[in-house]
Amino acid sequence: MQSGTFHSTYAGDMALRPYWPMRIRIILIIAIMLLFPWFGNRYWLNLVNTIGIAAIGAIGLNILVGFTGQISIGHAGFMAVGAYTTGLLAAHAGLPMWISIPIACIVAAGVGALFGMPSVRLKGLYLAIATLAAQEIIIWFLTKGDKIVQMATGDRRAVFFGESLSIPPAANNVFGIALKGNNDFNFYWVIITCLVLTVLFASNLFRSRAGRAMVAIRDQDIAAQVIGVDLFKYKLLAFATSSFIAGLAGALMAHYRGIISWERFTIDISILYLSMIIIGGLGSVSGSIYGAAFMTILPALLSNISRAASGVMPAFANYLPYIQQGAFGLAIILFLIFEPEGIVKMWRNLKDYFRLWPFSY
Amino acid sequence: MADRNGASMPEAQMQIEGIGLSFGGVRALSGITFNIYPSTIQAIIGPNGAGKTSMLNCISGLYKPQQGQIRFEGQNLIGRAPHEIARLGIARSFQNIELFRHMTVVDNLMLGRHVHMRGGVLTGGLYWGPGQREEIAHREAVEQVIDLLEIQSIRKKTVGSLSYGLQKRVELGRALAMHPRLLLLDEPMAGMNSEEKEDMARFILDISEEQRTTIVLIEHDMGVVMDISDNVAVLEFGQLIAYGTPAEVKANPAVIAAYLGQEHS
Repeated sequence: MQSGTFHSTYAGDMALRPYWPMRIRIILIIAIMLLFPWFGNRYWLNLVNTIGIAAIGAIGLNILVGFTGQISIGHAGFMAVGAYTTGLLAAHAGLPMWISIPIACIVAAGVGALFGMPSVRLKGLYLAIATLAAQEIIIWFLTKGDKIVQMATGDRRAVFFGESLSIPPAANNVFGIALKGNNDFNFYWVIITCLVLTVLFASNLFRSRAGRAMVAIRDQDIAAQVIGVDLFKYKLLAFATSSFIAGLAGALMAHYRGIISWERFTIDISILYLSMIIIGGLGSVSGSIYGAAFMTILPALLSNISRAASGVMPAFANYLPYIQQGAFGLAIILFLIFEPEGIVKMWRNLKDYFRLWPFSY
Repeated sequence: MADRNGASMPEAQMQIEGIGLSFGGVRALSGITFNIYPSTIQAIIGPNGAGKTSMLNCISGLYKPQQGQIRFEGQNLIGRAPHEIARLGIARSFQNIELFRHMTVVDNLMLGRHVHMRGGVLTGGLYWGPGQREEIAHREAVEQVIDLLEIQSIRKKTVGSLSYGLQKRVELGRALAMHPRLLLLDEPMAGMNSEEKEDMARFILDISEEQRTTIVLIEHDMGVVMDISDNVAVLEFGQLIAYGTPAEVKANPAVIAAYLGQEHS
């Protein structure tokens, strides 16, 4: 049982992982991440890659909603901006993804900041409706984009967006190294690197000045102003940062799947990401990952269970989609009732239990 | 009117001239004029609803008065946003505690250092080199405030879990961490027992004497006000009815009638 840890420097006290058991755990996680792709089959690699992309997107949304307290239901729209920017650059300009993805992130950040402007005057539900407008405008632009280009250029055959956008495999190139062969295996490394960088970035952000200012806006915006925080600036920065990371998730998804269409970025997806961070834990970086994993694994698990059950009860298969949706909704309701602070809180409770074990009363 | 050392009438640090503020048809403040002198403790007293907090809100930029001027060290404050006023060196605490409840005490105090730091999203996200050094340097400044207010044992606690008295103390700490030249305290002792009040009065005197910070204090406890303040401004129904040293104000018949008299009637 630990009785206390004493730091003799401020740097030590302010470290991300101040205690040695935490450092050992990080080393273990890194080892598992490095070893996993050599043992996992394509199904598992695909699942982990999907979780990785969702986790990046969820961290992006959590920066805005969980940490800064600005509700957004336009997150999928900002992901779409990232996906389409990199897709268009790859398909029409022939850029490799290590150049086009950063550009896509910056464009997404800009669009995010633009649609974040109403947040200066609007709060809560009103802001949510304003971000809903962002979501719908972006999707409208993606579906009507070709018509706009045709009208603007007078070239009636110009097709940039199309029904869906295919990304040439040649674009899957990182610093001159072409990603060939096992797509799931290759992208595992790209996605996991981006996820680790995103986690480090977000964790560092919220232990330093700009991140603290964002949390201050969430907790008490009047006091934040009086302490010297420029509300407008930091709300816009939160929108831009959040959209930058959303753009990264969207762009990774575009290159990983090789084909994108606007249907992958509808309001359903925005809501899905909101439920990820609520279930995982608002205002928590690790919670975003737990939530993304939960929301990705649950449907897969449900379909596996029902497939197994349908062998025993053939009639069961007909009701499969309904049962899946119902179970999904039930899971969310149960979470909201029994652990509103999310998986991250459950994990903390479990740790506390074993830290005090066997005297855990 | 004299400052703590008895020197006669130094130049005013803040000049409040003819402040008028109304909400719709309700006049909250009218024609408020007085000066605040450097390194003094300036009390503002008055019955409930007299406009004391409105006065502080005008100074810190949360309200925009329709008439009048407020000048701080030669700079006009009216029309500036609250964060710009904070940058000029004016800090405040609130009547109802307005801390960042889900953050730790250290993080709350680090926010007090916000105006003195420059790190942005990128330097923060990297947390490497200059960004990290800045954080550590300002942590030292925060630790000095923690020592001054004797809150070492709670520095890693979440503010929302602390008792009322401690939260008041942390809020004072957050304002102090700004190293302000003018500190506005809105009822720092409200709801405290006499021991906590004594502690708070001691901290306020320490701050005034050691850091030479000018303090503007709204307080209802007349004993404390008369003991620690250098000058007292008395408001009633949005008007300044008396201004002077505690002894002068105590003897003023208008004050006795309007304020002290009412309390015992």
